[in-house]
Amino acid sequence: MPADTTAPASGSEYVDRGRAAEARKALASVEHEPGAPKPDPIVVADEVTRQFGGLKAVDVAHVEIQRGAITALIGPNGAGKTTFFNLLTGFDRPNTGRWTFNGKSLAGMSAYKVARLGMVRTFQLTKVLAKLTVIENMRIGATGQSGESLARAMFPFFWRAQEKANTERAGAILQRFKLDAKRDDFAGSLSGGQRKLLEMARALMVEPELIMLDEPMAGVNPALKQSLLGHVKSLREDGMTVFFVEHDMDMVRDISDWVIVMAQGQVIAEGPPDSVMADQRVIDAYLGSHHDQVLDFEEEEKILQEAQEEHVKNEEEAQ
Amino acid sequence: MDILNLLSGSLQQALGPTAVVYALAAIGLNVQFGYTGLLNFGQAGFMAIGGYFMAASVATWGLSFWVGIALGLGLSVVLALLLGIPTLRLRADYLAIVTIAAAEIIRQTLGSVTLLKWFGGQDGLINFQRTFVEMNPFSSRVDLGIVAWRPFDFWLLFSGWILVAIGVVVVWLLMRSPWGRVLKGIREDEDAVRSLGKNVYSYKMQSLIIGGLFGAVAGFYVALQHTNMNPTWVATDTTFFAYTVLLLGGAARVLGPVVGSIVFWFLITFLDLFFGILTRGADPFMPEWIMTNQQASLMRLIIMGLALMLLMIFRPQGIFGDRRELAIDAR
Repeated sequence: MPADTTAPASGSEYVDRGRAAEARKALASVEHEPGAPKPDPIVVADEVTRQFGGLKAVDVAHVEIQRGAITALIGPNGAGKTTFFNLLTGFDRPNTGRWTFNGKSLAGMSAYKVARLGMVRTFQLTKVLAKLTVIENMRIGATGQSGESLARAMFPFFWRAQEKANTERAGAILQRFKLDAKRDDFAGSLSGGQRKLLEMARALMVEPELIMLDEPMAGVNPALKQSLLGHVKSLREDGMTVFFVEHDMDMVRDISDWVIVMAQGQVIAEGPPDSVMADQRVIDAYLGSHHDQVLDFEEEEKILQEAQEEHVKNEEEAQ
Repeated sequence: MDILNLLSGSLQQALGPTAVVYALAAIGLNVQFGYTGLLNFGQAGFMAIGGYFMAASVATWGLSFWVGIALGLGLSVVLALLLGIPTLRLRADYLAIVTIAAAEIIRQTLGSVTLLKWFGGQDGLINFQRTFVEMNPFSSRVDLGIVAWRPFDFWLLFSGWILVAIGVVVVWLLMRSPWGRVLKGIREDEDAVRSLGKNVYSYKMQSLIIGGLFGAVAGFYVALQHTNMNPTWVATDTTFFAYTVLLLGGAARVLGPVVGSIVFWFLITFLDLFFGILTRGADPFMPEWIMTNQQASLMRLIIMGLALMLLMIFRPQGIFGDRRELAIDAR
């Protein structure tokens, strides 16, 4: 269903249409295991791997993303979250794997086609079009513009009406994101937080079904953080599915219906935020698996001896 | 009166056929570099393809002038495709390397002994401009008071500036459209544009082709202007002069290339004549121990180089550029 992206009548950011409760109810029966099947998945990925030299950056056996929910993708640095994002959206090519969006296979599809299907992403390092005005940044997001074909571009009567409609829609979204005052400023003159907002607003111009946010909170000041949280939640209320990478655990706990944890390229845990954060595998992944054991003298000796024995064995084998 | 000669001579060049050629070439570069961010360092190659195939069609193969024009335009599209297909998916600098090499390969090949019977080797081609001369509506010398042109030269610059005007209008229409907006978006950040569902590769290719077509038209004018097409007109410095013209006028400005070309050719001719006058004769104004007549002929390039450097430091947006846009880059 295409999202209703017009501004809410009240002017407030967040209108509760009960979608959060709906999403959590749907996910209540899902088991808390990596690769757990979901009742209504929008994305299903299988055997997706990506290798950089000797390093397997992504090695996802199976994962599903529930439609209409906010799903967080967390994991320590270098876990392969952004790479996985890039693979799903066609910005990078996997070594193996297949994945579907709304049942349609996306493997090998170019990034722009993925976006046109309704799976739109933002970037960790915000990519605003600096020397275009804010409103032009928004207009460029609209899909299916007839004025974007070379044959018709020179004759405004082919595209003027569409341009006007797009501009109105863009204006409404800008208002919702409180960027309407900046409408005619160059996007390059915006602050870091405003750029994040603009990028999210621009992605909405594509009318996505699934919006994928790569670290939406990175570099955003605490005041703006609250409003960004509101915006993300309102995407779900408007019927969109949200899948986001984030390091900010408060945000993850606050807004996500479901959390997928990656470490060393693999999905190691899944579940609602509270259960995932208490999961031993997750704690191990973030802090290392021996963090809670006290190393006494004997233990240390034992480890040392084992290491030495292994070293000697290796030497012998080498000879 | 020397001062008057100086000004009229410079103005003559600033409005003359050479300025037309560079305005056309720079309009092409403006589409590619100014709006799309594509670094085409081989505009001379497109000019070579245009000029040579127009000339060879008539002079070598005995075809009509218009077939030659069509062939020149068609082959410049082919060249754009050949250059673009392998490089446009890669980073911008690859295109720069490939285009600069391709332009030189084209020039060397067309001027080679092996192809002598087609393209005339280093002497090039002559006797191809008859149709163009026959179309000339001007039969007598055109005198505008301070400047005057032979009928053929005036026909060249008259038709040339009309083509420049058409080119400017086309670029203006294109760049105010959603199509032009996508190009500008690609210049700023192509991944962002891709994430919004635009086929970036196809847009870059269209931009490369359109810029190349302007290059081919500039090539026609180089050939017609000299009534001869040979490898010297399309050497690598041609491309860099065209870039100077573009940067002088202001990249990503519709009129940038036109004003840039007029100013560039005015200045360079002015400097040439000026130093010529200073060092001329048995007892020149400028003592020979400072500068001989021969050395003076190089001064124009030295000063233009210096001017370009100063321009980049103090007014990098060119004559027409917007200061506000530049402020953004500083962040």
